[in-house]
Amino acid sequence: MATAKKKADEEQSNLPFAYRQYSTAELKEVLRKMYLIRRFEEGAEDSYMRGLIHGTMHLSIGQEASAMGICMPLTTDDQITSTHRGHGHCIAKGADVKRMFAEFFGKTTGYCKGRGGSMHIADVSIGNLGANGIVGGGIPIAVGAALSAKRMKTGKVVVSFFGDGANNEGAFHEALNMASIWKLPVIFVCENNGYGMSTSTERSTAVKNIAERAAAYSMPGVIVNGNIFSEVAEASHAAVERARAGEGPTLIESKTYRYRGHSKSDRNRYRTKEEIEDWISNRDPIMLFENELKEFGVIDENGIEAIRASVRAEIEAGIEFAKASPSPQTSDLANFVYTEQA
Amino acid sequence: MDASVRELSYSQAIQEAMALAMEADDRVFLMGEDIGVYGGAFQVTGDLVDRFGSERVMDTPISELGGAGVAVGAAMTGMRPIFEFQFSDFATLAMEQIVNQAAKMRFMLGGEVSVPVVMRFPAGSGTGAAAQHSQSLEAWLGHVPGLKVIQPATPHDVKGMLLAAVADPDPVMIFEHKLLYKMKGPVPEGHYTVPIGKAEVRREGRDLTIVATSIMVHKALEAAEALAAEGIDIEIVDLRTIRPMDKDTIIASVKKTSRLLCVYEAVKTLGIGAEVSAAVAESEAFDYLDAPIVRLGGAETPIPYNPELEKATVPQVPDIVAAARDLVRGKR
Repeated sequence: MATAKKKADEEQSNLPFAYRQYSTAELKEVLRKMYLIRRFEEGAEDSYMRGLIHGTMHLSIGQEASAMGICMPLTTDDQITSTHRGHGHCIAKGADVKRMFAEFFGKTTGYCKGRGGSMHIADVSIGNLGANGIVGGGIPIAVGAALSAKRMKTGKVVVSFFGDGANNEGAFHEALNMASIWKLPVIFVCENNGYGMSTSTERSTAVKNIAERAAAYSMPGVIVNGNIFSEVAEASHAAVERARAGEGPTLIESKTYRYRGHSKSDRNRYRTKEEIEDWISNRDPIMLFENELKEFGVIDENGIEAIRASVRAEIEAGIEFAKASPSPQTSDLANFVYTEQA
Repeated sequence: MDASVRELSYSQAIQEAMALAMEADDRVFLMGEDIGVYGGAFQVTGDLVDRFGSERVMDTPISELGGAGVAVGAAMTGMRPIFEFQFSDFATLAMEQIVNQAAKMRFMLGGEVSVPVVMRFPAGSGTGAAAQHSQSLEAWLGHVPGLKVIQPATPHDVKGMLLAAVADPDPVMIFEHKLLYKMKGPVPEGHYTVPIGKAEVRREGRDLTIVATSIMVHKALEAAEALAAEGIDIEIVDLRTIRPMDKDTIIASVKKTSRLLCVYEAVKTLGIGAEVSAAVAESEAFDYLDAPIVRLGGAETPIPYNPELEKATVPQVPDIVAAARDLVRGKR
């Protein structure tokens, strides 16, 4: 018996982090959320093509493991700042896709009552301080939220998501420096998808890995494969623990890829079809996670199909909710500019 | 109440307001470059670090953009930061956070958050600091919905308006003319507020309305005294807030005097004077005008170093006297 238990323990310790850390139910929920992110974005894209959504949007299809892995150790009280490519972060932090669709449709039932749209999606009640239309705009704001957490001793940690493009903004450098000198409970997460709009990181960035920039601010710089959920989650847990212990910030570089263009105007002339196809066929984060879950006996094909069906139904219901929701009145245009107005 | 009124300088009045705000509310803290042991470039924070400690009188690195963003983030999450820019010119380094983030966050998020940040901007010329440390950029920020922009002209007002700003749920930008810092005036002890968005008639008169901002209020008062000897009776409106602008007080005054002169230090074109003039031209006061509206503003140049050139860049008392006299005597 003792030998058998020892053997089981050894097997357990050889498993990747996520399978040691999370219950079966939690792992299934991660898969469900990853599907929810992907299907949400596909649904948003489809609604855009049908003319139900105007403006533009920046899809994170292909980056789902990064959003989920980072958000796993966060509680509802912990906070994030997000980016123009922020739908995944929003769902990973616990948002309701009904209200996200409603926002994209410009309806009063949306998270921002139709005033923000895709680029400003937020849910402050569960700690999402908002996507941001300005590259790097949310990074100092996250440091400010972490300063509040430290001063008010709330125990909260703050995650700032941004892309590879933001690492060349001054705000990134100023924010990392301040977070480090003040030892604030903040985690900087650079989702490096290889391109700032059309410009590759090779052409835009002096260092090979963005995580190397952590050294300039005396904080750990961690590189993870952003398409492998467990790797991302492991790095996030370590950074969150460090932040909660009062040891200061961490920079995580999550290397990933976006399948779609930068925005709806992208003609994809800066990368090859073969490159995109290679990521989709061989490194898809949902596919990789599913394969692992099956391999470790967490779920079978029937279980996966049940998840897909439940997500499909949730997306359909979300779109119907958005369609049926009321539009704002133009007479309410000035609402929310100043507190005394509304 | 009168017994508790003392003479304080403008900068002492600011310091007293910040101390009162910090005593009353743990969420209030100060951020800025060299505001701790140094006491601030203009000694406005002075020794507050000794009373409140370095966590509440917090030196930042020389990172205006990041620092402003930290203040915005802290304000969004429950704190009440008062952020000092060393010079108002350095707002140019932080425009992203002020204009795109602080001003719009509440609106973009459908009212789900507010940004109760106060930002202080030492502004204006007259110190020999040349083109990058002497500007008056208040109209830049006045153009942005979501911000409130104030220019208190007296020690009494700067204390009361700063306390109103700290209590305000929205971002308030305070432009403090550097030449006012040493000016003394009566300031009541204790907590009081002066409302944001209300102009003040500093001097009543019947021949001409001068709408002035900040230090120009004092220059206009001096000009009015000089002209009183000539029998010209001038009313002076201290605008105090440029967003939201108190158009009612301006319109009521012009209906009484039938003449309007706008005096402000910032570059003349596309500025506060244009907005004040338009407020009158678009109102029933237009029919009361007996003369064209006149603006006296800063020259269309950067602020020069040479002291005589520097003075020539912005309206001075003789300029106001001459413009007011011409307006009243029908030479315009």
